[in-house]
Amino acid sequence: MTTVAYTLSDSRVMLRRNLKHQLRYPSMTLMLVGIPIVFLLLFVYVFGGQLGAGLGAHDGRAAYLDYVVPGVLLIAVASAVQGTSIMVAMDMTGGIIDRFRTMAIARAAVLTGHVLGSLIQTLAGIAVLIGVAFALGFHSSAGPLEWFAAIGILALFSFALIWLAVALGLAAKSVETASNTPMILSLLPFLGSGFVPTATMPAGLRQFAEYQPFTPVADTVRGLLTHAAIGDHAIASIAWSIGLAVVAYLWATRLYNRRRAAEPK
Amino acid sequence: MTGQTSAPGIVTRDVCKSFGSHLVLDKVSLTADEGRILALLGPNGAGKTTMVRILSTLISADSGSMQIAGHDVVTDPDGVRALIGVTGQFSAVDNLLTGAENLRLMADLRHFGREAGRRRMTELLERFDLTDAADKPLSTYSGGMRRRLDLAMTLVGEPRVIFLDEPTAGLDPRSRLTMWEIVRQLASAGVTILLTTQYLDEADELADRIAVLDQGRIVADGTPAELKSRIPGGHVRLHFAGPELLCSAAALLPAAAPDQDQLVLQVPADGTVDSLRELLGELHEAHIAVERLSIHTPDLDDVFLAVTGSHVTGRLDEDPTLQGVAQR
Repeated sequence: MTTVAYTLSDSRVMLRRNLKHQLRYPSMTLMLVGIPIVFLLLFVYVFGGQLGAGLGAHDGRAAYLDYVVPGVLLIAVASAVQGTSIMVAMDMTGGIIDRFRTMAIARAAVLTGHVLGSLIQTLAGIAVLIGVAFALGFHSSAGPLEWFAAIGILALFSFALIWLAVALGLAAKSVETASNTPMILSLLPFLGSGFVPTATMPAGLRQFAEYQPFTPVADTVRGLLTHAAIGDHAIASIAWSIGLAVVAYLWATRLYNRRRAAEPK
Repeated sequence: MTGQTSAPGIVTRDVCKSFGSHLVLDKVSLTADEGRILALLGPNGAGKTTMVRILSTLISADSGSMQIAGHDVVTDPDGVRALIGVTGQFSAVDNLLTGAENLRLMADLRHFGREAGRRRMTELLERFDLTDAADKPLSTYSGGMRRRLDLAMTLVGEPRVIFLDEPTAGLDPRSRLTMWEIVRQLASAGVTILLTTQYLDEADELADRIAVLDQGRIVADGTPAELKSRIPGGHVRLHFAGPELLCSAAALLPAAAPDQDQLVLQVPADGTVDSLRELLGELHEAHIAVERLSIHTPDLDDVFLAVTGSHVTGRLDEDPTLQGVAQR
C-alpha cells in the first residue's frame, strides 16, 4: 500500500471507531439532537405568535416557523460540535491516544476520524430537525437543487465549526472545559439573523450581528428554502466557512502535534 | 558475553532530558540484547516512565543516541513504531469498545487483512483468557482483565521490542504471577523487553539484566546475581520482654547485633524455614523466651543502600529495621 492508501485506511478505521463511540454514548448523541428540537418547539409555540406578528405576516406563527428554521438548523450545528469538543477531549485524556502515537499510524487519521464522524452526526441531526420542522408545518418553496445547495452550505459551515471544536477540545485541559467553551457558538445564531431580522436590533449589536459568520449562513439557507433574497450572503458564507476551516485546521493540528513534547503526569 | 553476539534490541547512549530546569534523565546508557529482558529498577520519580516515553517516540530526548532493533529513535521514529509495542501503567484501551473491538482496532491499524486480523484476534483472546469477555464492554472488566487486554493489544502487531511500564502495579498477586508468566513466554519467543519496576523481586524474577535508576542516573547495572552480591543479606529481628533475656540471647548468638534501647536482637538470616527453625530451637533449648520476631528480606531500599549509600529518595519505606541495616 502507498502512503495515501495507508492514510485513507487509517482514517476509515478511526471514523468507524468514532461512529461506534456515538452509538455507545447514546445519552450525549440524543441530547445533542434533542436540544435544537426543543428550541424549535419553544420558539414556534411559545414566542412564535408574538414574533410572527412582528414579521408582518397574517398568520404570524406559520410565518415565523418558516423564518426560524435556518436559525434552529444552526443551533443544531453548534450543538453537535459541542459533542465533538467533548469527544476529542475525552480521547486526549484517555491512554489510548498515547498508544496510537507509539504506532505507525498516519498522523492525520485520529483527527480526521473525529471530523468525519462529527460531520455525519451533524448532518443526521439536521435531517431529523428538518423532518420535525415539516411535521410542524414548515413550508418550503425549494426544489431539489435549492435543497442540495442549502445542505451543502450547512455541511461546509459544519465542517469549519467541527475543526474549530476539535481545536477547542485539544486546547481544553479537562473534559468540562471542552464541554463549556463551545457553548458560545450556540449563542451566535441568536446574535445574528437566526431568530429575528438584524434590522430590529440596536446599533452596535446590529453591526456585530451583520458581520458575524452565522448571519450570512442563516440568510443563505433561508433564501434557498423560502425564495428570499440571498444577495452576496452565499459568497460570504462560503468565504467564512473556508477561512474558519483553514485557521481551525492549522490550530488543531498544531495543538495535536505539540502534545508530543508534553510532560508526563 | 562470549561467542556470537546478537543484534542489540535496545541501545541508548548518554540520554538526557530536562523538564524546565529539572533534570529528569542524566546520561542514561542502557543495552538490552535481542530476546533478553532488561529491568529498569527505581523508585517513583526516578525517571523510568520518562525513559520509556522517549524510547517509544512519545517525547523527544534533549540529547543522546538511541537505537531500537537498529532503527534510530530520532531520525526514524516510524521505523521504530512499526517494531515496538508499549504497555504503560495507565491503561491504553478504548473504554467505549468491547475487548474484541479493541483488538480489531489494533489489527486494522496494523493493516492486517480481514481474515488475518480475525485469526490474530481469536488467538490473543484465547491466550489472555478473554474469550468469554470478548464481546462485553470494558466497563465490566476487572483491573487484571484490562491489563491483559492492554498487553494483548500491544502484541497484535507482533512487536520485536516491548516496553512494559510497571506492568504489575496495582495487580493482585495472582494476576501478577500471570503477567510474569506472559513476560517470560514473550522473551523465550525472542522478543526484547524493557520493563520498569519498583520491586526488586520482580526484577530478580524476570530480568536478565537490571539497571538501577536513581534521580535520573544509572547507579548500578548488571545481572541480578551481580547486583544481589552487593546487597547485604536478610535478617531476623527478635524482640524480648526484658534486658536480661536480650543479654543471654546475645551471648548465645555472637553474630547478632543487640539493640538495648528497643530490646531487639538482629540476627543475620537467609529467611529459609530451616534456618529459622534452627534459630528458634537454639533459643528454646537455652530457655530464652522470645516475645515476637520479624523477618526482613532485601528490597529496593537495600539495593539503594548498597549501591548509593543512601535510602530510596523517591518513596521512603517506613520500615524501622532499615536503621539497623544502615548502622551495620
